Amino acid sequence: MKISFWLNGVKREEEVAPDTMLLEFLRSLGCSSVKRGCETANCGLCTVMLENRPVLSCSTLALRVDGKKVVTLEGIQKEAEEFGAFLAGEGAEQCGFCNPGFIMNVFAMLRELSNPTEEQIKEYLAGNLCRCSGFVGQTRSILKYLQYKKSQEEEA
Amino acid sequence: MKYVNQPVPKKDAMALVTGKPVYTDDLAPKDCLIIKLLRSPHANAWVEEIDTAAAEKIPGIACVLTHKDVPKKRFATAGQTYPELSPYDRRILDEHLRFVGDPVAIAAGETEEAVDKALKRIKVKYRVETPVLDMHTAKDNAILVHPEEDWEAKVPVGADNKRNLASSGTEGMGDVDEVLSRCKYTVDEVYHTKADQQSMMETFRTYCYMDYFGRLNVVSSTQIPFHLRRIVGTALDISPSKVRVIKPRIGGGFGAKQTSICEVYPAIVTWKTGRPSKIVYSRYESLICASPRHEMEVHVRVGADENGIVKAIDVYALSNAGAYGDHSPTTIGLTGHKAIALYRNLEAYRFNYDVVYTNVQASGAYRGYGATQGIYAVESAVNELAHKMNMDPAIIRERNMPLEGERMYAYDGNITHATSCTMDRCLARAKEMMDWDAKYPCRDMGNGKVRGVGMAMAMQGSSIACVDVGGATMKLNEDASYTLSLGCADMGTGCDTILAQMAADCMETEFSNVVVFGVDTDVSPYDSGSYASATTYATGNAVVRACQELREKICKLGAKMLEASPEEADFDGKTVTCGEKSVTIEEIAIQGTCGNCQELQVTSTFSSTMSPPPYMVGIAEVEVDKETGSVEVVDYAAVVDCGTPINPNLARVQTEGGIVQGIGMALTEDVQYTEKGKIRNNSFMQYKIPSRQDVGDIRVEFESSYEKSGPFGAKSIGELVIDTPCPAIADAIYNATGVRVRELPILPEKIAMGILKQELE
Amino acid sequence: MLKIKNYVKVESIEEAWQLNQKRTACVLGGMVWLKMGSRNVSTAIDLSGLGLDTIKETDDAFVIGCMTPLRDLELHEGLNCYTRGAMRESLRHIVGVQFRNCATAGGSIWGRYGFSDVLTMFLALDTCVELHHGGIIPLAEFVRMPKDRDILVNIIVKKTPMKTVYLSQRNTKTDFPVLTCAVSVTEDKVRAVYGARPARAMLLEDEKGILSGFSEMSEEERENVISAFAGYAAEHVPTAGNMRGSEEYRTLLVKVLTKRALKAAGGMKDED
Repeated sequence: MKISFWLNGVKREEEVAPDTMLLEFLRSLGCSSVKRGCETANCGLCTVMLENRPVLSCSTLALRVDGKKVVTLEGIQKEAEEFGAFLAGEGAEQCGFCNPGFIMNVFAMLRELSNPTEEQIKEYLAGNLCRCSGFVGQTRSILKYLQYKKSQEEEA
Repeated sequence: MKYVNQPVPKKDAMALVTGKPVYTDDLAPKDCLIIKLLRSPHANAWVEEIDTAAAEKIPGIACVLTHKDVPKKRFATAGQTYPELSPYDRRILDEHLRFVGDPVAIAAGETEEAVDKALKRIKVKYRVETPVLDMHTAKDNAILVHPEEDWEAKVPVGADNKRNLASSGTEGMGDVDEVLSRCKYTVDEVYHTKADQQSMMETFRTYCYMDYFGRLNVVSSTQIPFHLRRIVGTALDISPSKVRVIKPRIGGGFGAKQTSICEVYPAIVTWKTGRPSKIVYSRYESLICASPRHEMEVHVRVGADENGIVKAIDVYALSNAGAYGDHSPTTIGLTGHKAIALYRNLEAYRFNYDVVYTNVQASGAYRGYGATQGIYAVESAVNELAHKMNMDPAIIRERNMPLEGERMYAYDGNITHATSCTMDRCLARAKEMMDWDAKYPCRDMGNGKVRGVGMAMAMQGSSIACVDVGGATMKLNEDASYTLSLGCADMGTGCDTILAQMAADCMETEFSNVVVFGVDTDVSPYDSGSYASATTYATGNAVVRACQELREKICKLGAKMLEASPEEADFDGKTVTCGEKSVTIEEIAIQGTCGNCQELQVTSTFSSTMSPPPYMVGIAEVEVDKETGSVEVVDYAAVVDCGTPINPNLARVQTEGGIVQGIGMALTEDVQYTEKGKIRNNSFMQYKIPSRQDVGDIRVEFESSYEKSGPFGAKSIGELVIDTPCPAIADAIYNATGVRVRELPILPEKIAMGILKQELE
Repeated sequence: MLKIKNYVKVESIEEAWQLNQKRTACVLGGMVWLKMGSRNVSTAIDLSGLGLDTIKETDDAFVIGCMTPLRDLELHEGLNCYTRGAMRESLRHIVGVQFRNCATAGGSIWGRYGFSDVLTMFLALDTCVELHHGGIIPLAEFVRMPKDRDILVNIIVKKTPMKTVYLSQRNTKTDFPVLTCAVSVTEDKVRAVYGARPARAMLLEDEKGILSGFSEMSEEERENVISAFAGYAAEHVPTAGNMRGSEEYRTLLVKVLTKRALKAAGGMKDED
């Protein structure tokens, strides 16, 4: 079936089978940042933004993005670099395999919560698993990034 | 030193955080055949008949392979130095299926849909036999997991397939029973750990293609590129010279990828069809037919005198190899060695073990590698001993812990006396961080919740003494940059970065001036791989050596350019000076490419005759809900002696990550089987690794010793860090509730029911 | 693997109902559960074009469209104000935000899953479901009905004055529950619901009237009846063992969570 949608700000018209999931579909379109870590919707590696909401692309039918806006990490490279520097500053990016889904959800969180507490961070990102870092370095990087953004705002 | 001991960001960080296509499946050619495996539904069965005709007829199917199509040659999938201590007990496909999930057939096709269809059309007639599922009755059972005649143990490790033994042995010193009989206080208990899963986020995956030389190229998410080259060659019954292995970025390993889990399948498909092929394991497959930690039951007897001097330790470990013996004879050693060696005043010790074959998923290598199980058991027994004596668990450790220069027993790394060691400072600092004296044993929080603290010590090794080989090639390029080629496998840990930090300091150059390359078995220097806590120590030493030699060569060419003798030459990273005259490194680099006979590249190899242990102390504070048994690790203080931390950030994150894996092992990660031997925890829905909400504060500090044999004084860190949570948390729970749970994971139910039982008594 | 032959984004509920009369057809919810199976679906029916993904609040009810993501229930101010945060509590442990953005209220209720936090929560409220053909029926009745080919359109929660508390016990923070417990206290009665027993959530009636007059009681009296009712619940809520916990442990939890939930709820006239 034919769908038209916006992928990272660019309008696309694509042919897609009824049972293709968004995860495989996006990878086939070259968005290889979108990763699969499980088959049971538990890991969060495949997180993308659909109409400004973080969703699991493994559980979203590709057809359902018809007429909608999809953003993957490929679409927010500058932001990823900016936050990623803080993540790497802690050494908490580690193997990197969970990074794209995690970073997508960090930005989703920051759309909803401008100044999240540590507890809120943990709750919002609970669906993003990571086996390397033990999570605490990820939290440190978010808190430092928030501080940096705040100081930037104050300067401006 | 400019870069060593500095928190330098990883060289590959920006590619990772921006989601660049750097992993195996991102790089696989689009025209790869898709491979899937038909797996045994039975724990012990024989393929009597198998018919693939209907499957092969499906459009798009390139081949369907069965045991009839693969070499009748056994091999080991464990990534170990040849001759492997692991038995040769596998075939790519076998008519004898030894666990639920053992592969029956390989199907390769152009689309996933075609392959799925093909798997359904393969007709198999099984002869189902009774499996051996209980490790307690496996030894000398009438049912044999490996009855075959061509089973082979290349090295005597106490293995005997006619007794279901993958390994067995006995070691010791003195008369344990006699010394224990003289001890005023003794503990005699059994501790049970499960077949925990590494659960790295990137599952097993490999793609293969033939190159223009007719060689098989294997691109794989692996920790063992060079061993893999041999394993694939042996499995396919071809010369390893026909095999090239390339390791891209890896999405975590933790030992799982120290076994060749999936490489042989695309290897044989590509070898037979000439077409590129790939296999990507599902999470389900990664949890039912991979390489988890050995389930163990560790029986500990430990005795001390009235002053808390630990006089004797007796350990019997029963380890469950599962269906194949990979890593079985080697993991078991650490169970005794790394745990018993924590006690320096022993008059006697004994370490007996049996590793048995059963019809469940085969075990493998998981961070800690047997030490984790042994340390959990021995440290728990010592905690129980302290409670029996009414002694603070910190004090019993202070009286018995390893001290620099003091005797060390049972250690397998060619060390009889502790080399660099700050265990005493680690304990003192950890106590301080936790405010141990105020918090031990527990505090009632007044809301039905009680907080308890518990501690444990741990040690591991730094490479396998006299076995592991680190390799490094340093090359001066035309533009005066350096290329550091490596054969070790960065799996996210950052070894490419820390080795470049060392190289930059050795060459007195900028970190950014060192290019790192790895791994390609055709061009990288030989390295046994990234496991056994070897890379920082062994490969690090190889880097230091290569740099030293390269400096000499640079001096030599510089001196020649200055028409002086090399003995006069002095190199400061920027210029070679001979008396009054000097020449820049840029000039030397260019000279190196023109009319030059002086090689400006050096390959160095390093292997250590000893394995200096890193040490650590971990203290857990838990909060237990006395009615529901819910337990939260609210705080964890860890103090580590890994020698010089080459990169404090990466060392810290290693520690934090290891502790959280340990918390999972202690509290949530369970492996349950059905009556027929099928694993029930076969997804992340059922196998529960900790989420960030399951983790409280984790505070890591370093009390660094200086290991003279290590590069820049460094030892290892990768495995050590998973060893303390299980015993520390188990004792913290005991201190909070009085309930002692000796089987992991310590689920809320076990605590709640334990408290209830106490109340009834 | 899930296979889908045809996909239809329907233009009316009636169209969906017609298509769904075929046994091999399937109405899509959030798909987090559906996609794990290896079903062959002839027609996948998508209701997402019908505007059923919103929560409408009226003076006396909340009307929750079947396609409303769980995340919207979790964040809905009106619902959370009405349930005193119990709605959010019943949802926030379910895997993660992204998961709850996918999973739908209708999917969760229609599935009548044993482990369902959502079903437990809604059973404690004055909830009806609106079925395209079956009409509006109480949720408690719907839970007992066998699955048929009808379509769940809305979930309707009446704003009966009540105090609600939701509790669950889990082995990890985002795991399936070992037991769920929701209680609601109204002027004249107390309702207690237990899920993940591990069987489907059930409503426990206070048949012996242990809690009658609960709202009027002094704190001491209340403590006594709570403890009596907790014991009653432990006797009358059937539990069983599964991977996450034994029958005995679940029964212990029935008692503990009942006690805690009732205590936290308090009487209708209590100050908060």
